[in-house]
Amino acid sequence: MSVFYEDIEVGSELPALVKYPTTMQLVKFAGASGDYYPIHYDKDFALANGLPGVIVHGWLVLSFLGQMLTDWMGEGGTLVRLGGSYRGMNPVSEDIICNGRVTRKYIEDEGHYVRVETWAENPQGERTVTGSAVVRLPSRQTQA
Amino acid sequence: MSEEPIISDELEGLLNVAFGPEVYEVEKGMVRKFAEAIDDPNPLWHEAAPPTFPAALVPTELLHKMVTAKCPLTRFLNGANELEYYQPIRVGDVISVMARLEKLRKMEGKEGATLFMIVDITYQNQRGEVVAKGRNTFIRY
Repeated sequence: MSVFYEDIEVGSELPALVKYPTTMQLVKFAGASGDYYPIHYDKDFALANGLPGVIVHGWLVLSFLGQMLTDWMGEGGTLVRLGGSYRGMNPVSEDIICNGRVTRKYIEDEGHYVRVETWAENPQGERTVTGSAVVRLPSRQTQA
Repeated sequence: MSEEPIISDELEGLLNVAFGPEVYEVEKGMVRKFAEAIDDPNPLWHEAAPPTFPAALVPTELLHKMVTAKCPLTRFLNGANELEYYQPIRVGDVISVMARLEKLRKMEGKEGATLFMIVDITYQNQRGEVVAKGRNTFIRY
């Protein structure tokens, strides 16, 4: 299954993806990424650093946004750019709601691209991560 | 009373120095563990790396120097990550990671003085092809 360029309009929203990271997942991510900074698994250390508790790795939230994008675009799409700015903290054991909206469509060197504005929200509706992505999509016209 | 500078000579001396290559073999188990850790069951990640996999391809020498450089700001946060993709990273690839501290920017934030350290990273495969470029913003506060 794949999304085609022609099926997308500016303003189209991507299906939201909801994640619920636990301290255990953060430990797994620390191991997989090599980021062992203790604010991500040691509550005492996090509190001593003035944080409300253990907080989710920015890279992990960006990974959730990446999954939302790759789930949506399917095998026919190619991720060209992905980025996120970490504006707030996501504590563990709380929903992270990933969202995306198409902000631009364009054709360049025969490639069909869409730009997507992305963000992650906490259950209070605050945007903890804001970012953007560029995805190359297949076109129905070149599929024939 | 002399105040310790936020941007020490040691930190400033890292600017625009080319670090790397640090070489990573992209093993199947490493990619599987990464996909499990991010909880993304997409079967594509059996053979190719998920988009944020460069998080695991760390320019450790530069980062270590940035973390240990003299600075009165002792707490760290990841501020932002951006990636641009040119080719997929696949299981079996050997990725060379080159990094450069591009910018140091001091600001007054809610929490007092804040230092933004912007690092540019290039990821190259075993054929010498650039597979991705990254820009990471690290914060000391």
